[in-house]
Amino acid sequence: MSQMPFYVSPEQLMKDRADFARKGIARGRSVVVLGYDKGILFVAENPSRTLHKVSEIYDRIGFAAVGKYNEFENLRVAGVRYADLRGYSYDRSDVTARGLANAYAQTLGTVFTQESKPYEVEIAVAEVGRTQDEDQIYRLTYDGSVADERGFVAMGGAGEAIETGLGDAWHPGIVLGDALVLAVRLLAAGAPGSEPRQLGPDSLEVAVLDRERPRRTFRRIVGPLLADLLNTDSPTREAPAQDEHIPGRHGELSGEPDSDIGGPTASPRDASTNPQTQRPEPGPDSSGTADGD
Amino acid sequence: MTTEAQGRLPAAYLAAGSSSFRDFLAGAAPELLPGSRALPVGSSVEAPHGTTIVSLVYDGGVVMAGDRRATMGNIIANRDMEKVFAADEYSAVGIAGTAGVALELVKLFQVELEHYEKIESALLSLEGKANRLAQMIRGNLGMAMQGLSVVPLFAGYDLELGTGRMFSYDVTGGCYEERDHHSIGSGSLFARGSLKKLWRPGLDGDTAVSVAIEALYDAADDDSATGGPDTGRRIWPTVAVIDSGGVRFVDEDALAGAVDAIIAARQGNPGGAR
Repeated sequence: MSQMPFYVSPEQLMKDRADFARKGIARGRSVVVLGYDKGILFVAENPSRTLHKVSEIYDRIGFAAVGKYNEFENLRVAGVRYADLRGYSYDRSDVTARGLANAYAQTLGTVFTQESKPYEVEIAVAEVGRTQDEDQIYRLTYDGSVADERGFVAMGGAGEAIETGLGDAWHPGIVLGDALVLAVRLLAAGAPGSEPRQLGPDSLEVAVLDRERPRRTFRRIVGPLLADLLNTDSPTREAPAQDEHIPGRHGELSGEPDSDIGGPTASPRDASTNPQTQRPEPGPDSSGTADGD
Repeated sequence: MTTEAQGRLPAAYLAAGSSSFRDFLAGAAPELLPGSRALPVGSSVEAPHGTTIVSLVYDGGVVMAGDRRATMGNIIANRDMEKVFAADEYSAVGIAGTAGVALELVKLFQVELEHYEKIESALLSLEGKANRLAQMIRGNLGMAMQGLSVVPLFAGYDLELGTGRMFSYDVTGGCYEERDHHSIGSGSLFARGSLKKLWRPGLDGDTAVSVAIEALYDAADDDSATGGPDTGRRIWPTVAVIDSGGVRFVDEDALAGAVDAIIAARQGNPGGAR
């Protein structure tokens, strides 16, 4: 049994833990979550193509994190489990970001006070609504505090500087391309006093929750499409409405020339848990032939 | 769900290692697993049964179709039930057997596949999906022995091989790959006979859909538990087409056209196409 040789006041203990967690988080590269006219955009500085900082949790809910990978990955998996269990026992429409943010807040708070070391993470949970007014973005910090943010969140080492920049330049109704360029400019500028860097498509992880898609709204933006959106001279300022037809690449929008854009816009099933009520309503563009096109 | 009661997410949520929703459920909320309930020994209940599902490969993918009837003894329990479902983007599952248990199994299977996809950022292989379904059916063996059996048919597009494939199951969870065509359920004998005569290598998609509807028609002709197309109520079979573009359900208008053509061709020719 470890025994405390000296008395440490609770204030000091909490302060030490908070300093420890904050230091760990400040070392990491930043992540920005911001609303745009048709959804919510996630931009992370992340050179890895496979170790994600931004992920899908559920149909309309996304997750972004900074800090220690193993710790936020653990929380991400817990979030997917929480959401899938919720949706399985009630209905898909009953899974909300608010419920998930509360579960995360309780977990982070308990770990902060009771475990030997707090989680060195900061996470954002976002839910895309029917309109931009109904979008929800929650920020959760290492001690379990939860904040309901309007419009945007920036986390990580340069978080505060980026939020100041977003406060000046972000406005509701900003289109995807402009929101992305703004986020990347602020990420590249970094914390005050640091050298501005060049951030190309290779060092960015970008994803959206697109409010106009049925059922699962999370899409990663990669490849030529990402380069086009980053290029202010390019005419591409929005994500394509239709999914691509590259087999096995669900959930990615790449804009590659051979991607055969023109795939189905409709999901094969509706957002409902009961298999009996999943048949999509016949839409104007549901194809009637077996051959498709 | 113990989440709310304790506030903090329980340990099962934060445990590392498993990408399976079913395994997670077994630890976190076992009462939600299908087949986890203990039934009184020697008892049996009368519950709605789903009937005939047919599936056949064509040039470019696989078609799966099911009638819409559920029966309970001599009663038609439901005349517009769905029995063919999209399991994920590239596979479909059709069910025969006790409807309630089967639907719960499909519901779990759908979440299982999506859960894996989200956690691993990758799709399961088609064989992986088929094996996963086999394990779920094996978990239902206890209920199957008391008469509540479920036997699905699983079909999907294999992204690695670039072909449509299908798998059938027995109540103990045996999983068998079927070639060319297959049918399950009470009308499956008649449907199989029909498929044998009508299926050819290299069918195109539209022909494959009408062969599937024709086979269901033949099943409904001779099996009282299989529902034929209901022109009065405009209830058509459920037909899913799975190809490299994913799962697609044939829409009502196209089905009405295909069914009308089959009914017209059978006037004075009750044996149908040959």
